[in-house]
Amino acid sequence: MDNRLLTMDITETNMFSIIQSMWLTFLHMFHKRETIQYPEEKVKLTTRWRGRIVLTRDPDMGERCVGCYLCAAACPVDCISLQATEDEHGRRYPEFFRINFSRCIFCGYCEEACPTYAIQLIPDFEMGEYNRQNLVYEKKDLLIDGQGKYPGYNYYKVAGLAIGGKDKGEAEHESPPVDVKSLLP
Amino acid sequence: MEAPIHPMLIVAGVLGGVMLVAPGLIWLERRLLALWQDRYGPNRAGPFGVLVVLADTLKLFFKEDWTPPFADKKVFIVAPAIVVITALLGFVVIPFAPGFIVSDLNIGILFFLATSSMGAYSIILGGWASNNKYALLGAMRGAAQMISYEVFMGLSMMGVVLLTGSFSLQTIVNAQQDLWFVVPQFVGFVTFLIAGIAETHRLPFDIPESESEIIAGFHSEYSGMKFGMFFVGEYIGIILISSITVCLYFGGWLGPAFLPPVVWFILKTFVFIILFILLRASLPRPRYDQLMDFGWKILLPVTIINLMITAAIVLFNENSP
Ligand code: SF4
Ligand code: SF4
Repeated sequence: MDNRLLTMDITETNMFSIIQSMWLTFLHMFHKRETIQYPEEKVKLTTRWRGRIVLTRDPDMGERCVGCYLCAAACPVDCISLQATEDEHGRRYPEFFRINFSRCIFCGYCEEACPTYAIQLIPDFEMGEYNRQNLVYEKKDLLIDGQGKYPGYNYYKVAGLAIGGKDKGEAEHESPPVDVKSLLP
Repeated sequence: MEAPIHPMLIVAGVLGGVMLVAPGLIWLERRLLALWQDRYGPNRAGPFGVLVVLADTLKLFFKEDWTPPFADKKVFIVAPAIVVITALLGFVVIPFAPGFIVSDLNIGILFFLATSSMGAYSIILGGWASNNKYALLGAMRGAAQMISYEVFMGLSMMGVVLLTGSFSLQTIVNAQQDLWFVVPQFVGFVTFLIAGIAETHRLPFDIPESESEIIAGFHSEYSGMKFGMFFVGEYIGIILISSITVCLYFGGWLGPAFLPPVVWFILKTFVFIILFILLRASLPRPRYDQLMDFGWKILLPVTIINLMITAAIVLFNENSP
């Protein structure tokens, strides 16, 4: 029965709808084309587009990354690998920082996890390579001389962390540490 | 036009023309489909992307021409040739202009029907020789579709034959000096066009191919230039059906004198070719049994009624002058 109904549908009632759909298709001739002529014409990416990953610097041009491994832990495909180390001021930075973009899925979890706004995804997807090995970006490829999406943020200036030249409690918006022992009766 | 052109020249002209236009249709189809789908289509190689035809042909030539080990080799190789040869043979009886015809057979229409039905053999043989279940399914569908649509394709042309009293296409075109046959034979024209689309296996009648259901149907196993032959054969079929329609119902080369007859013929033919492409752009494929129902239960009765009414009118006119 069902079958019969369908059959009737195409053969009788739909005769004119077929002509109508052909006419509608024909009218598309006068519509604007949707295609973006890619290499000459670029697609408009929004500012929060998740593309190529960069490591940013703070306003003093120091590396923001403190080598905490949170991004590597958050990454669902395990494509970040780094080694933390310390400079003479006791400031941590990554000795190497490597992202394998042939595995990265551009989920942005690393950016979410980063406590220092160091790692950021930027609106750029043109990363094509002929050689797969070239998709492994080292720190020199990732580190940029800018602050990215969070201008003015300086982790060490707001963190209660002692490094060379700055003691605890000397940062912005930070009160000196409380001496718990002096509070004892 | 009275001085007869050397027949070999006509043969060369027709063959060359068709073989040039058929690949060109690949480009035309892609561009038009894109136009109707708000895209650009091929627009990189050459002006408006025309050279995509060349690129495509080169690609097909350099692809591995693979014959599956389980296939019936001889038949497998012959099948793609049949489709091109039979489609080209159909052009023998088509009058492009007065005198510009390879051979004005007095059974022109019958010859056309015979050659175009032979095209079914390439589908059946190709599908059979591939020794692949999808190819066989496609071939079976092709055969069934061919049988059902062939029947009223012939019958729908008979209205025109009744009105002219001749099977020769040249006579038929000349009989349309005053009125194109599309007016008295409108039903015949519609049914013939539908049958013609089914004959060329174009969407929405590409049941033997139906790539969404049975891979590529009868040519699933074909590659390289053998596949290219099926491809070109399909386009030659489109040109053939379009030109036959123009001859039978739209006055062939007839038209106002400011353009030479051949140009009129080509213009009209291209209108139908574009209609074929528009069909592909707009319609989905019906189910297999729906197609059969449509053919046998609607189109065949309509064609027969049309034929009988035409015959009655012709008889009436003859007996009461
Ligand atoms: S975007 Fe996602 S997949 Fe890519 S490095 Fe960051 S966490 Fe890993
Ligand atoms: S990029 Fe951010 S999350 Fe990753 S190690 Fe450096 S500071 Fe930590």
